[in-house]
Amino acid sequence: MRRRLTSLTSLVVLGAVMAGWLLTAPQPLSADAVATGPGDAGRGARIFHAGGCASCHAAKGAKGDARRLLGGGAALVTPFGTFQPPNISPGRDGIAGWSLADFDNAMRRGISPDGRHYYPAFPYTSYARMTGGDVADLFAYLKSLPAVAGTAPENSIGFPFNIRRGIGLWKQLYLSDKPVVQLPATAPAAARAGQYLVEGPGHCGECHTPRDRIGGPNPDRWLAGGPDAEGKGKVPGITPTALKWSAADIAEYLKTGFTPDYDSVGGSMVEVQANMAELPDADRAAIAAYLKALPAGK
Amino acid sequence: MLRTALAAVLAAAVILPATMATAGPIEDRKAIMKGNGRDTKMGGDMLKGVTPFDAAAATRILANYAAAAKAFPAHFPANSKTGGETEASSAIWTMAADWKIATDKFQKDTAAAAAMTVTDAASFGKAFGMVTANCKSCHEGFRIKKG
Repeated sequence: MRRRLTSLTSLVVLGAVMAGWLLTAPQPLSADAVATGPGDAGRGARIFHAGGCASCHAAKGAKGDARRLLGGGAALVTPFGTFQPPNISPGRDGIAGWSLADFDNAMRRGISPDGRHYYPAFPYTSYARMTGGDVADLFAYLKSLPAVAGTAPENSIGFPFNIRRGIGLWKQLYLSDKPVVQLPATAPAAARAGQYLVEGPGHCGECHTPRDRIGGPNPDRWLAGGPDAEGKGKVPGITPTALKWSAADIAEYLKTGFTPDYDSVGGSMVEVQANMAELPDADRAAIAAYLKALPAGK
Repeated sequence: MLRTALAAVLAAAVILPATMATAGPIEDRKAIMKGNGRDTKMGGDMLKGVTPFDAAAATRILANYAAAAKAFPAHFPANSKTGGETEASSAIWTMAADWKIATDKFQKDTAAAAAMTVTDAASFGKAFGMVTANCKSCHEGFRIKKG
């Protein structure tokens, strides 16, 4: 009896371990979902700005052409640990050896070319909603930038978040390519274009949506604002309930950095606004249309 | 007569420090920034054509900026890091050298803008842009939004 119980227990434990192993396994994009090239570097520039890549991967405070040097930027200090943005320049220390499939799995599945999970400080939970075409264009654009030498320091992350495999479980909960919000049927086309930019490449929800205790975004508080994950002040809500600006005010803010009262953009939004200013007017108008079309209470 | 005078002196002695305590450095620097916001709205509206261009008003705005920039850095003593819902970042004191560079640049740019002759929207726009580029670069590192 005792022996049967022991073997039963070990079977259960073995089963749990196997289930855990499977649940935490990195799951690359399937062959028919992964982006196929070649991408267009010209179009990729727009995605580069929408995605704000330079804000983390270019050196801190870089201006002008220095924002095209993606050797890795300032550390992101969060309650979960300190994350070091890596070199994503096309040099040997960056993505020289990467295929488009490698890049796509990084962007939309959060998996490195050697098959490990990335930490979601890299906002692939948003990038997962991008189209393969945009990923291919972005890859072509990155490849056209100057190579930079040097690798980032190691991340410094506390237990249990330092177990990378555990991110597989986290992804089961939070990684999805489905839209966050169901827009009303009457929402204009611009709002739908804005939905893609905001929920996908723009990754606005990564800061403007509060997170739960294990760092997942709270869908019931989508874009409703909350404490700054970097521990300084507050991130404002940008839903129609929280933000009373007109669509034109929002587009103007993204273009110039000035609020309707001529207060100025500040904090980490300064970088974001600089990226948004690079987009065509239609994209900023689309972002504004989406924010105005968000259902009440969201 | 003496009584009244004494009472007045006493009242002043009691009231004055009280008002001084409420109008401290945090309130002062906030008032300066409020003035900047008011001027920037006026200038921005003129440049966008919301209100007609007025050369005298434009010149006054630029002079106000220069005066504000000159007065501003004096209102950050070490005992004003917190309180009064201040949005000043602790970086002002921990990265004092960078703060000095930023406020010096603000003073230099506003002085240069105030020295420019502004005759039309185009020339005002140039001076205005030179000043307002300082808003975001300084607010990026030295202001923490609370509201």
